[in-house]
Amino acid sequence: MSLATLTIHELSQKLRQREVSAEEITRDVLGRIESTEGTIHSFITVLREPALEAAKAADERFHREPDPNPLLGIPLAVKDNVITRGIRTTAGSKILDDFLPPYDATVSAKLRAAGAVIIGKTNMDEFAMGSSAENSAFFPTRNPWDTARVPGGSSGGSAAAVAADQCAGALGTDTGGSIRQPAACCGIVGLKPTYGRVSRFGIIAFASSMDQVGPLTKDVTDCALLLEAIAGHDPSDSTSVDRPVPRYSEMLAGGVQGFRVGIPKEYFISGVQPEVERAVGAAIRVFQDHGAIIEEISLPHTEYAVAAYYIVATAEASSNLARYDGMRYGYRARGRDLTETYTLTRAQAFGAEVKRRIILGTYVLSAGYYDAYYLKAQKVRTLIRRDFDEAFSRCDILLTPTAPTTAFRLGEKIKEPLQMYLSDVFTIPANLAGLPALSVPCGFDAAGLPVGLQLIGRHFEESKLLRAAYAYEQATRWGALRPVLESA
Amino acid sequence: MPITRDDLERVLLLARLSLPADEEARLVQELGEVLAYVEKLDRLATDDVPPMTHVVDIGASLRDDVVSNRPDTDALMANAPAREDGFFRVPKIIE
Amino acid sequence: MKYQAVIGLEVHAQLLTQSKIFCGCSTRFGAAPNQNTCPVCAGFPGVLPVLNRQVVEFALKAGLATHCRIAESSRFARKNYFYPDLPKGYQISQYDAPICSNGYVEIETREGGVKRVRLTRIHMEEDAGKSIHEARGDASLVDLNRAGVPLLEIVSEPDLHSAAEATAYLKTLRAILQYLEICDGNMEEGSFRCDANVSVRPEGTSSLGTKTELKNLNSFKAVEKALEYEIRRHTEALAAGRSLVQETRLWDAEREATRSMREKELAHDYRYFPDPDLLPVQVDTAWIEKVRSTLPELPGARKQRFIAQYRLPAYDAELLTQRKDVADYFEAASKLGVDPKSISNWIVGDLFRVIKERRLDDRLYITDWPLAPERLAELVQLIGEGKISGKIAKTIFEEMLVSGRPARVIVAQRGLEQISDPASIEKAIDEVLAAHPEQIAQYRAGNEKIIAFLVGRIMKAARGKLHPQKTNELLRQKLDERKR
Repeated sequence: MSLATLTIHELSQKLRQREVSAEEITRDVLGRIESTEGTIHSFITVLREPALEAAKAADERFHREPDPNPLLGIPLAVKDNVITRGIRTTAGSKILDDFLPPYDATVSAKLRAAGAVIIGKTNMDEFAMGSSAENSAFFPTRNPWDTARVPGGSSGGSAAAVAADQCAGALGTDTGGSIRQPAACCGIVGLKPTYGRVSRFGIIAFASSMDQVGPLTKDVTDCALLLEAIAGHDPSDSTSVDRPVPRYSEMLAGGVQGFRVGIPKEYFISGVQPEVERAVGAAIRVFQDHGAIIEEISLPHTEYAVAAYYIVATAEASSNLARYDGMRYGYRARGRDLTETYTLTRAQAFGAEVKRRIILGTYVLSAGYYDAYYLKAQKVRTLIRRDFDEAFSRCDILLTPTAPTTAFRLGEKIKEPLQMYLSDVFTIPANLAGLPALSVPCGFDAAGLPVGLQLIGRHFEESKLLRAAYAYEQATRWGALRPVLESA
Repeated sequence: MPITRDDLERVLLLARLSLPADEEARLVQELGEVLAYVEKLDRLATDDVPPMTHVVDIGASLRDDVVSNRPDTDALMANAPAREDGFFRVPKIIE
Repeated sequence: MKYQAVIGLEVHAQLLTQSKIFCGCSTRFGAAPNQNTCPVCAGFPGVLPVLNRQVVEFALKAGLATHCRIAESSRFARKNYFYPDLPKGYQISQYDAPICSNGYVEIETREGGVKRVRLTRIHMEEDAGKSIHEARGDASLVDLNRAGVPLLEIVSEPDLHSAAEATAYLKTLRAILQYLEICDGNMEEGSFRCDANVSVRPEGTSSLGTKTELKNLNSFKAVEKALEYEIRRHTEALAAGRSLVQETRLWDAEREATRSMREKELAHDYRYFPDPDLLPVQVDTAWIEKVRSTLPELPGARKQRFIAQYRLPAYDAELLTQRKDVADYFEAASKLGVDPKSISNWIVGDLFRVIKERRLDDRLYITDWPLAPERLAELVQLIGEGKISGKIAKTIFEEMLVSGRPARVIVAQRGLEQISDPASIEKAIDEVLAAHPEQIAQYRAGNEKIIAFLVGRIMKAARGKLHPQKTNELLRQKLDERKR
């Protein structure tokens, strides 16, 4: 069996027992990338030499450190909107095509300090704007389960890389579902932490009030390990919260006996693919069989979430992306004067979806429209949050489908922005309310495509989510199934 | 509120963007659809609802007034499209 | 018809923090281009602002000193516009929830009364970088050292009605900020900047005329002249029935005129919205009270105390209290038991001259005083004791500036002590009289004026050290004796 197929905790075990070296693992994973990347296209940048160096350094640390970090020597992929010092970081955009940051994101620094081997920077929808990875300025990524289909997005490269065993685990970012939806599409585990749980410093911003970094992994245990490594207060991010980080990986056991699991009825309406509904229905029964108390609840403002989200997210994005002006870094077009230089730079180097969202965001903030759109959306956000407060006064976690459908075909929705936006309908509310939510595999549709189950928790109760997901995973083992890839 | 071609021109100017003429027409239509969709928010009575500007309920954590950055002008300017004598060189600004 | 000007001022005061408002870069002035920069203040991808506590504290000081209402919770907003020296494409400022509002500053009117100028608000924001336009034909150069330096924007209500009032307000406000030690107030270097909104209306009406905004006012003189010019321009237009345009105008100090800034082809729409990267700034009562307890006595109060306590004329008290360091110096010298008015005379006269010559008042505090207050007090004491004459004192003052030695030492070493005992004076008089029989004869003949000549001779012979009054008296006595 190839080392590349193993989970983080399995690899960590082998490394501790000196069964393998980090270098062997990294070489194996690089080999796997070589044989599959021509089919999947997960990476914008593969860091062959730096990864081997980091692996060698990790092997040295194994000699010195009696109790090594579980990520020491583990090959991980990082989404390309996470700043990595000295490593090209593009956010999937031409405007940052050759950007070499002189600093690290806090999460990058944490991974490096833990001794993880960063194997590459993964493909994504430009500036994380999209649900299919098709909005990458470079190339689309393919779903390892069916290469005619998208891997989901925006962290499509990270999800595909994990599913295709091109890395042991990966970091993604999630603003409206960008970790959970691709995790569901690729049959892996993905967690969006509570807003403020993980530092955003060095995460190329899309919508600052909702962006969070999180893990995409082969199983729930790995998810807990990776979250442990990146979570915590950061003095460089004043929206990160100063609360102790639990040892999530040691709190997985215990089951769901007595857990009050809420099923929001608004998530089981028309538009959901019947196979998705069936798979989630079966999952509910698994929880019930393991002693959870199932209760139907209502989140009455769910249908307004996508509308509120697209106003808030695009407004923030229009401002966050103003810095890409060709003056200090990044692409610069040649204009006759300053204004033309600005305009040509941005018109030439931003993709269609990014421009569409900047335009929408600029419009909703502009004079005369602010109250009608932006302020209104912020108020609706309060209503959505109140829905969750009410639900969580009675429930420990909520259970829903991650996405209304399994992975769609490349090109299927790219011409219909609104349809694409609606594929995030179940993931967006957790971002609006800042709640932690994860996606765990819960079966397959008739075409053999994975279905994701979403669990949503109270603020800072990631441990409860992980425990429930772990119990479910142990009971079903859906996630243990991996796609079969023909080598390219 | 349908978006007009004039609205789009104004927004393009504010956002320093431009589009080919045929795309402008398509975008007016697309944005019109998105705005029509978000108009569903008008159905909600929100007069007494406070806007949610932050997820986190606490106040800002503040930093001490300490100079902690070492100057590293070269690293900072290494990505500049144009530089000169330690300055960022930009197209002439006309006041 | 008579017209009345309506003026509101917007002041931007650079705060004297060590580091920038949202990052750990130095605020030091005069560094090499882009030396005080980092990914945060240069607006790189993914970076985040973290607010400097000292900036909030300084805002509280300014707010409390100007009787503002302090907001328990205030917040930052983004002001969006494109400009090469604005790295993020937005300025982080405060918009709908400023930290201070509804305050006032009291100024003295020319007539000697007190006028209250209301403050709309004081808020915190970041400065932009600097662009150099003249340097190259086809390019501008951008230096981001100033980007992210903390500013307070202080906005007055349109309560001012003349250029003189506006200047008085600015001087008072600057003195307050300097007393609080939060801004050095240097207008030339741009650490205390002012924009003015001016309109003119028929006196007695409350309608608002067309407003122009004046920029590039980088000295008190510029503020006064630009406002006078603009008020005249408005008044003439109104009197002639011409209409005015609402616009921004620049003060041209060389031509002594304002000129219209070519209206930007792009209409402004700043699209303010709350900055999601910064949580609300929360200030509790304990913090406010702590800051309040550290507030120094402010210039207005100090002036009144100087008048009462030291019995100084209002004019002296005003000059002495404009700067905190000067007022502190005065009190340090006066507490040594010498005549306060004499100390004041020396400060306002000779000391101010030296300070100006050496440009010591360019900075917020004079650290290298030409003369320690104790030294000045000693000099004044020597005069009071009759040990030296005022004239000798001037010489000693100049020597102290050079050598730094105490006055008593100089007096002793150079034998400059005044001679007051009658025997010594008489001896000196006798020597001169013996050499000037003709002049004595002239005096006897009724030429009173000759006395001045004789005093001059006597003083010269004694190198100016004789007590002048006593010398005069004794000389007259001797001459009158001989007359008899």
